[in-house]
Amino acid sequence: MPEAAPLLEDYGVVVGSQMIDELKFLADRLGGRRVQHINSTAQGGGVAEILNRLIPLFNQLGLDTRWEVLEGNAPFFEMTKKVHNALHGEPERFSRKDFRVYLECNAENLKRLTLDGDAVFIHDPQPAAFVESRRKWGGRWVWRCHVDVSAPQMNAWRFLERFINRFDAAIFSAPQFAQRLSIRQFLIAPSIDPLSEKNRELTTEEVDRAMDQLQIPRDKPIVTQVSRFDRLKDPVGVIEAFRIVKKSVDARLVLAGGGASDDPEGAEVLAQVRQRAGNDPDILILELPPGSNLQINAIQRASAVVVQKSLREGFALTVTEALWKGKPVVASAVGGIPLQIAHKYGGMLCHSVEGAAHRIKQLLNSPGFAERLGKNGREHVRQNFLLTRHLKEYLLLMLALESGQDVTFL
Amino acid sequence: MENRVVPMKQAEHPFHFYARQSIQESTGWRAVTLPQFLKYLRIVPGSVIYHHTHHYLQQHQFLSPEPPNDFSYWAFQSLGARRLGERLASISTIEFDTIRSLREEIVRVVEEHLRAHPLVRLRIVPVEEAFYFVKAVTVVFPTPYTARSLKEFSERLESVTIDSLYFHIFEARLRLERGENDFSRWFETGLGEPELARAVRALDPYTHTMEELRGTILRLVRRRLEGGGDA
Repeated sequence: MPEAAPLLEDYGVVVGSQMIDELKFLADRLGGRRVQHINSTAQGGGVAEILNRLIPLFNQLGLDTRWEVLEGNAPFFEMTKKVHNALHGEPERFSRKDFRVYLECNAENLKRLTLDGDAVFIHDPQPAAFVESRRKWGGRWVWRCHVDVSAPQMNAWRFLERFINRFDAAIFSAPQFAQRLSIRQFLIAPSIDPLSEKNRELTTEEVDRAMDQLQIPRDKPIVTQVSRFDRLKDPVGVIEAFRIVKKSVDARLVLAGGGASDDPEGAEVLAQVRQRAGNDPDILILELPPGSNLQINAIQRASAVVVQKSLREGFALTVTEALWKGKPVVASAVGGIPLQIAHKYGGMLCHSVEGAAHRIKQLLNSPGFAERLGKNGREHVRQNFLLTRHLKEYLLLMLALESGQDVTFL
Repeated sequence: MENRVVPMKQAEHPFHFYARQSIQESTGWRAVTLPQFLKYLRIVPGSVIYHHTHHYLQQHQFLSPEPPNDFSYWAFQSLGARRLGERLASISTIEFDTIRSLREEIVRVVEEHLRAHPLVRLRIVPVEEAFYFVKAVTVVFPTPYTARSLKEFSERLESVTIDSLYFHIFEARLRLERGENDFSRWFETGLGEPELARAVRALDPYTHTMEELRGTILRLVRRRLEGGGDA
């Protein structure tokens, strides 16, 4: 069952009431504009999660906001998964049929959707070709890119680029994720919701209950990676790092993840992970169904160290979540992770299996240092990566696009 | 000279507190060498220079006022040009009234360094440590707070957001080229308090955190309210 959306005012406890007043003021200046967000999955993955939380707040601010989800079949999602990998620089081959499948699916969806918002935000590559219909609808169209496209395989990028350049603007999570485009490029980091089931404060009893239900023993320090079972998240690399750690520190590894409906590779990767884990009783692999937010929250809070050993990343919101819970994090220096972690100040960055193992051991052996990192990391998230800041930047973007100036007086 | 009269004056034109919020826009330009860096420094819009010399003040507002500007941080940390990094860090932004003159100084320092250390032009940083030129796109808006007297001003200054403080101290003076911060201007022309205006003008806001700055200005205003002059 979906979580009830909090009231905007509820966030005042975390970010201050003045922030809430500013949001209301900015929204007021947008005078009831209609906003649409379109992506390719309603559940699973960071984008759907953010939209689930953002859209009710847009509406509470008086902006009539709708969320549309692209409907695709298996060949379409196989094709867009390849696009996703290729944008991350992975070698993928595309046939003419692949591109046809993509275009046909976009065209089919356009037949059923009404995209008449004053501001239309298209998320990621899957629905990018919707922009072909923009003349029919009017409004300002913005492509919100959640992946790092700085070093893509060019065949995939060239295919997409012709659509992207037809938007009014693009949004990237960081400048280093962007590509050279002929349109304006804004930079908005994603965010987490401090009041969601996944991130709200939990009592000790709630954590204990969830861990008991998941049958995760608490007799040893827990090292956790929460991520989809995806090659780019390198769950196998985490197992290898954990095996190095285990030579000198007794601990338990939890790999917890679910699938997203737009990720057909998940089952294959999960099988590979199970095989690599073998019968090791200290490696727990949890396949969590969509909506296991309370469970994920509890696992992160019960962990001694949280790991995110991705090979490539978008922004890596699982890192943001762990930092918000005051946990020491060991994470690869890829994608948006270095924006979130100042090495040895707000967490630990690593570049290899061995490096990850070394940092995990350090943190398990130095709880005082680990606690200090956790506190700094939480403060950094409070300042920069919470949902209210994200919402504010969407409002500012709409105002900035309308004015076209570097400085706009309201 | 001390002025012991407690200021009760009501200004004809009240002080309106504004606030500002910014989002970042990428220019698409990045530099991996010092000559590239210099080339873009010369041509980027003023909003880029403003962003890279000011965004630390807000993003890391809870830190002590150590990080001076992105240019110096990149030269020092990524390019490994420590002397250049230090020189860029020591540029005193408060001494410049326009972004144009601030940019000229930054460019001059980099040019001088390249002349004195020609081999540094051969250094190439890894692409993940490139300098990305980003600009600030800003929306300025009125807050509900106004003040007609120094007492009211003191009360309001306690409650406005640091975005408001930031706008009147930094954005108004340098980016909007008003020549001085808005508070000093109002103290002098609106309230007839030239000494207080001078004292606030003399502060170097770049060496305070935002909350420290608020506290310092409040102390000056309160001292004046208690009848102290030469604030």
